Amino acid sequence: MLTKRIIPCLDVDKGRVVKGKKFQGIKDVADPVELGKFYSDQCADELVFYDITASHEDRDIFIHIVEDVAKNINIPFTIGGGIRSVEDFRKVLLAGADKVSVNSAAVVNPPLIKQAALRFGSQCVVLSIDAKKNNKGSWDVYVKGGRENTGIDAIEWAKEGQRLGAGEICINSIDTDGVKQGFDIKLNEALSSLLTIPVIASGGAGNMQHFSDVLKCGADAALAASVFHYKEIAISDLKEFLHKENLPVRRCL
Amino acid sequence: MIAIIDYGVGNLMNVYNSLKRLDMDAVITGDKKVIDNSSAIILPGVGAFKDAMDHLVDHDLVETVKNNASKGKYLLGICLGMQLLFERSYEDGNWEGLGLLKGEVVRFGQGLKVPHMGWNELHINKPHPLINEIKDGEYVYFVHSYHLDPKYFDDVLLYTDYGVKVPAVVCKDNVMGMQFHPEKSSTTGIKLLQNFKELIK
Repeated sequence: MLTKRIIPCLDVDKGRVVKGKKFQGIKDVADPVELGKFYSDQCADELVFYDITASHEDRDIFIHIVEDVAKNINIPFTIGGGIRSVEDFRKVLLAGADKVSVNSAAVVNPPLIKQAALRFGSQCVVLSIDAKKNNKGSWDVYVKGGRENTGIDAIEWAKEGQRLGAGEICINSIDTDGVKQGFDIKLNEALSSLLTIPVIASGGAGNMQHFSDVLKCGADAALAASVFHYKEIAISDLKEFLHKENLPVRRCL
Repeated sequence: MIAIIDYGVGNLMNVYNSLKRLDMDAVITGDKKVIDNSSAIILPGVGAFKDAMDHLVDHDLVETVKNNASKGKYLLGICLGMQLLFERSYEDGNWEGLGLLKGEVVRFGQGLKVPHMGWNELHINKPHPLINEIKDGEYVYFVHSYHLDPKYFDDVLLYTDYGVKVPAVVCKDNVMGMQFHPEKSSTTGIKLLQNFKELIK
């Protein structure tokens, strides 16, 4: 049976992972490759490396990290952050990334999704959407790191992304992000039932039950950062928990 | 020396890296002479079937691959590379493949999320040295929107369930294929590549 995926997200700035406490059995938690390996050994299903580097010069460091990760880790990984053009896609894919996540740039320039999908295949195009509930009972798409409301309906945008050729939708709920009170179940439920491509839920993970709740409502994968980085949840424990909740997961055996 | 065929489709470094980690001597090449002199061939591939076939034709490599296979050289197709080994694909049309194995590539049925993306369980159909030490229920990473409908299910060594029995590892004599990405499938993927290494010794 196709399993539900658990995906840790690592924010990388100037070649170092930004969050992260002390981990047993790993030398350098700020090293993206070391931390990625640690998660991979714990049975993480995929990894996301998010480039939060502001300056242009430091982008080259990031490309080297992508190459390093590809050389040393043999589970799939996605690269996000600062992707603006087909050329940006090409660079990180050539460096060894399996998928590329695009967010604001696709809102500004929707054909980018189609161009990238035609050139590299839908399987590597992840449309990442920052969504926030409005007072009409639906969700708006935000850009610029959640600072700017575009007024676009998030569900419509996800459907359009699918039509343009995205292979996956990653939905980040601004309302639940960082609050640790659980994923946005309603939004994920709505998207999972309306889309025919996989949905990755993001934002709100606080405990293991939260993962179970969102995966049971239809999401295909769940992404989180701090609960993993601060060792509040070990991925191997989470997999056992989800298995007991009767969710299909790849367990560490 | 294993020849990883470079025909302008996608990134081949990940396959190359995983072979290197197993101390396998490999080269990424589109050179016919190098391919002819190789000990085994890997045909990778991502993207669309027609594009990939077009690229093989443009690089004038169709006959090279076929000739090497007919001489009995081990040939492993990975992901789209596996699909290319078969007779035909219905991905956005009706396209001829290499025809080294019998079967067609078809779209997944209705009601399933497509692409079939993520870790799915392997089931054993037929024992073979290529799948040594692989246990029923081990997971590998799939990502594909079309799947093989083989003419002879006997050519299938491992399969997975996604609406139908989806061939995961196929093998007929010296021609073999893996629908998933062994280079991205953690320890199980490494075991399979290790088996391939033993096989071509």
